[in-house]
Parts: sequence; C-alpha cells; structure tokens
Amino acid sequence: MRARVYVTLKPSVFDPQGRVVADALQTLGYDDVRDVRQGKFFEVELDAIDRGVAEARVAEMAAKLLANPVIESYRVEVL
Amino acid sequence: MKFAVIVFPGSNSDQDAFHATGAVLGEQAALVWHKDTDLGGADAVILPGGFAHGDYLRTGAIARFSPIMPAVSTFAGRGGPVLGICNGFQVLLEAGLLPGAMVRNRDIKFISRLVPVRVEATDTPFTRACVAGQVLRMPIAHGEGNYFADPDEVASLERNRQVVFRYVDDRGHTSAGANPNGSVNAIAGICNTGRNVVGLMPHPERACEPWMGSADGRVVLQSVVRAYADGVVARRAALIR
Repeated sequence: MRARVYVTLKPSVFDPQGRVVADALQTLGYDDVRDVRQGKFFEVELDAIDRGVAEARVAEMAAKLLANPVIESYRVEVL
Repeated sequence: MKFAVIVFPGSNSDQDAFHATGAVLGEQAALVWHKDTDLGGADAVILPGGFAHGDYLRTGAIARFSPIMPAVSTFAGRGGPVLGICNGFQVLLEAGLLPGAMVRNRDIKFISRLVPVRVEATDTPFTRACVAGQVLRMPIAHGEGNYFADPDEVASLERNRQVVFRYVDDRGHTSAGANPNGSVNAIAGICNTGRNVVGLMPHPERACEPWMGSADGRVVLQSVVRAYADGVVARRAALIR
C-alpha cells in the first residue's frame, strides 16, 4: 500500500525559502503570485492490507519523524 | 573532570571540542561514537557542531535516534551538564531536551563569521564563570540557526530566564542589524528549566585561543570546569543517583 505525507510549515512560521521562490516568480513576471510556502512530500510504500491501519501507522511516522510538530503540520493520504 | 564529546557521522566540530576541553583546558576528554550506549563515566557531555547524519530530513532529526541519545537523556535528566553547540543544539531541540526548533536563516544564506553574543544568565554550568551582560565574540557557522518557538513558549523562556545567550552589537545592545539569522528575540542560546542543558549556535570551542581570532569562548567551557570544582555539578548528580 502507498501513502503520501505532506509536511508544511505552520502558518505562524516564516518560510524564508518560500519567500525567495515567490520573489523569483515575481521577477519572472508572475505578478499575480502573492505568496509561496515550501514544504516536503513523502511517498511511503508499506506492507498493509487495511487502509485504516496504514493511515494510523503513517500518521504515527509523520508525528514521530517526518514532521517536527513545533514548526510543521502534516497531512496523510492513503492511496 | 571528564568530558564526553559525542561523534555522529557528519560531526565536524568534534575534534575542535576535543581539543578545546583536552589540550586547551587540560581536562580529560573522550570521543564517544554515536553507536555507543554509555558515556564512559563522563562528568559533562558535549554534542558538537557539524551535519549529523547529513542533516537529512531536518537538522538533528535523525541524530536524535542515535543509540547514544538515551544515555544523554538519562544523564541530562539526572542534572548532568550537557552542552549542544550549533548542530548539537539542533539535536537537543529535536530530541526535546530543549524547547523550540530551528528554521532557515532569515536571509537564506549560510553565515560564517565572528559575532558578539551577550551572556544573559550566569546560573548555568556553562556560564558560571561569566559576568552577567558580558559580551563574548564567537564564530557562528550555520544555515539553520533561526530559532523559533511559539509566542507562549518564548514568553515562558524569557520569564524563566532560560535565554542564556543573545545576539547583540559590539556595544552589547540588541538591534535588528545585530541579529544575524532572524532568531526570535535574538536568541543565540537557551537552557532547560533544570538549567543543566544548554544549547547555543555560536562555537565557543572555535574561539578559545587567541590565534583562533578570539579566546572569548573559553570561559563557556571553563565555566563547567568551575561548576565541577565547586561541587555544584557533582552534588547535583549525586542527589539524583
């Protein structure tokens, strides 16, 4: 089974990389860009039959390692 | 006294810390591999700078699961003095031994230069030999030293005087220009509520002899030697043993 984890900085945390990307896009002429937030994306392949179990397992992995709860939030998607 | 310097794959300041505590201070120093599970009877532990485990995922994120870390946690929990320098500070944050987190420097750039830092609290084992308000010139060398904690946590750090070092200008004043990386409240170093675990981004071990450009960092390492000599460290550790 495959799961996807999206990790993003919490809205209250300034994202210097996202800011630079937004500036670059505006320099390229994309004047409609207001803000960019950069995050991380993980694809996790795992041995699982039950979707619920898989989702719980991957959420646990995200909380324990993939995301730092002080600055980041995450979303898990089981395919 | 005996220092243990933890060596992670990717540590690059381990030899500097080993030199500073051994050759410069003249104390016993041992390098402890991250796969070891005991600290070899150390009286103080240093988590050095570098890029532990390549800093993959996040700085310090993988290092916190190294086999030596339970021993470091236990040692810290007993009141043993633990110093995290730069990447070592990041490891302590990820391990939850200190509150908060690091994000990219405000201006994205990796910053490598000598900066003035003000000592805000002298009641930790690593600032005991300092004078309150003393300004130390020490080098920083990091891309992710922008300290972040939520406003409640920052208020609690300030209230409990857990901010140990702050970035200042040459005259010892805080200002936007004197904050190199965008850290909240210009925080350069903090301690835990027990005050025995200290983390800072500047490198005291790289500023402990005049030929290094500054010898100001020596007092940080000398402080824990004094704390040990004064029996503060030993007394505390004995209490909980």
